[in-house]
Amino acid sequence: MTKMKGAEIILECLRREGTEVIFGYPGGANLPMYDALHKYPDIRHILVRHEQCAAHAADAYARITGKAGVVWATSGPGATNLVTGIANAWMDSVPLVCITGAVVSWLIGRDGFQEADITGITIPIVKHNTLVLDVEDIAPAIAEAFHIATTGRPGPVLVDIPRDVQQQLAEFQYPEKVELAGYQPTTVGHPQQVKKAAQLIAESERPLILAGHGVVIARAAEELQELAERAQIPVITTLLGLGGFPGSHELFMGMPGMHGMYWNNMAIQEADLLIGIGMRFDDRVTGALKDFAPKAKIIHIDIDPAEISKNVKTHVPIVGDVKKVLQQLIPQVQPLRHDAWRRWIDDMRRDHPSIVIPDTERLLPQYVIKKIYDLSGPKAYYVTGVGQHQMWAAQFFWGDNPYSFVTSGGLGTMGFEVPAAIGAQVARPHDTVWSFCGDGGFQMTMQELALCTEYELPVKFAIINNHYLGMVRQWQDLFYAGNKQSVRMFQPDFVKLAESMGVTGLRVSDKAMVQSSIEAALQHPGAVLIDFQVEDVEDCYPMMPPGVGLSETVDQPKFERQPEREAVR
Amino acid sequence: MSSRLHTIVALVENRPGVLNKIASKWRQRGFNIESLTVGHSEVPGLSRMTFTVDGAAHDIEQVTKQLYKVIEVVKISDVTDQEVVARELALIKISSTKDNRSAIIEIVDLFRAKIVDVAADALSIEATGTEDKIDAIVRLLTPYGLKELVRTGRIAMVRGAKTTVSAPSVNGAEARHRSAGEGKPQVGSLI
Repeated sequence: MTKMKGAEIILECLRREGTEVIFGYPGGANLPMYDALHKYPDIRHILVRHEQCAAHAADAYARITGKAGVVWATSGPGATNLVTGIANAWMDSVPLVCITGAVVSWLIGRDGFQEADITGITIPIVKHNTLVLDVEDIAPAIAEAFHIATTGRPGPVLVDIPRDVQQQLAEFQYPEKVELAGYQPTTVGHPQQVKKAAQLIAESERPLILAGHGVVIARAAEELQELAERAQIPVITTLLGLGGFPGSHELFMGMPGMHGMYWNNMAIQEADLLIGIGMRFDDRVTGALKDFAPKAKIIHIDIDPAEISKNVKTHVPIVGDVKKVLQQLIPQVQPLRHDAWRRWIDDMRRDHPSIVIPDTERLLPQYVIKKIYDLSGPKAYYVTGVGQHQMWAAQFFWGDNPYSFVTSGGLGTMGFEVPAAIGAQVARPHDTVWSFCGDGGFQMTMQELALCTEYELPVKFAIINNHYLGMVRQWQDLFYAGNKQSVRMFQPDFVKLAESMGVTGLRVSDKAMVQSSIEAALQHPGAVLIDFQVEDVEDCYPMMPPGVGLSETVDQPKFERQPEREAVR
Repeated sequence: MSSRLHTIVALVENRPGVLNKIASKWRQRGFNIESLTVGHSEVPGLSRMTFTVDGAAHDIEQVTKQLYKVIEVVKISDVTDQEVVARELALIKISSTKDNRSAIIEIVDLFRAKIVDVAADALSIEATGTEDKIDAIVRLLTPYGLKELVRTGRIAMVRGAKTTVSAPSVNGAEARHRSAGEGKPQVGSLI
């Protein structure tokens, strides 16, 4: 067998794993990898403008395709720039394989030029990482990386390879099978536990399903729908679970939690059974734990045993792959009806409609977001940043296209919206991809706009521009005596900025122009940025104030607003 | 929930960075490791670690589950409530002149410890036993002039024929969820 360079082995491994796209950035320590790239024309490389964005783009690509996102970066600053992107993928259980070049092996530990201990730095935010010091170990390390990243509870894996190791020669042999003594995720639910869960479901009168990202990751939307319909159980999806259940379905209830639907928060407090499926009882969902779901027994289905009873005491834990466990559970659940319970919820929904957009001539952010949903057709994908616009985007997302809502949930990474939308468009080149941007978050990663022109990616960017860091401003107004500190900033002309990057720019400040601008963007074959100059001060409701329980959710603004004060720059 | 000292035994792959990964998990959750001992196990390539950590049972269980997520951790178990033999080794250097040497030797003999080095003005003593026993001998020797103390921290082994934590066969996935269903998950059985 002929020998090949370590760098070529890396690419051979990627080919075996079915990698179609690499998001990356070259530098001194990964030059051999880039040198070998031209021999693999079937693997596309997307050159980002900042490594953080490579990780975010790969993250969105992975969420939509279900395959591992592949990221390349050089040593030192290249690798440390990945950190936020890796942490984001870690918090949201997204499979990434990050391959970083390291300084030559004899310089490791000697503070070489562009050296950073990236395996040490990333320990708390990766599922696994490793430094490869022998060319023979490259293929097993990458095979393990893909195996670990994509199985069990997915997550980011980082493989650090010194430049000299990339240049050494070895025979390429790809492991047929990866076997790791310390890693054998449980995928099938324990039959007795499944039986107990079926029993609890049969006994309950006020059950609720709380479906999370696990349903999306396991591609278990069909199974979830089957279970819900069979037992007539209303379905709440978490922020990351959106898209795991059809929005138009009569059992769909929207999102719970801090900015969730009022009726959901009340229903959770009233329920006698909560079925958590692929979710982790995050603090934004539960509020104060001591007041959470006081009347409910809890079934918790999750592939990660460490999630069981981490936040909320579980009565029936089932460790396993959500799709498989649901397949086990469904035949054991008898057809049920919960008419009285659903009437209770319907009354709550009627009395507290939660997401009504006020009828006004002013341009409200919710109105823009709702219009985009209404006009973009059933097959569009939506990516958001973090903050108010994200919460509105989640509140008004009632679409049916599964796995079409991409957002940074756990880490809450502002700036995610631009590179993630690019990654989404790479994954779905023929579908509409909307990026809901905050005017703050957009400015964190706006350099990536150039990629839309370079790679002909027709992303539609909607900047929900309230000239504020809106969520921070809302908290300052509500909880910091209206002291609007450091939430207003100088803005570039976003339209000119877009044009300078080859992206069509529009500005809309009149409500009457919203529809036509969205239609124009949808019809335009290329990328479009619309700067929606929305109302400056609009608060996001419903809201559960920080530190209290779900019962204290307020559906309408009723906090006493502090007297207006000048924003301080 | 009451806090107490837990003994946790882990079987881990002997690879660079593993200790760092494990220590990082404890630190992340705000635990202070009281003692940590690492050495080769009966399986080539695997090391056995013994931790003692102070904390409430629920918190320790949560961290243990997080530790199990470290790929190189093959098995981990909290043996606090099991019948174990637990020992530590201490090396104790005491100031000593020929006048008090025999008094010190008497204490050493009482504790079935050993003198391992003698100098004109010092004695080095090797003692093994439980933490209590080591504490006691150190307390008795301190008045003579404690110059240096080195303790290994606890190592532990379950009594009887059972192995404390053993490596599962690579295809032993069944073993991992064997009792996942039985009520409240127990560390070492659920995972």
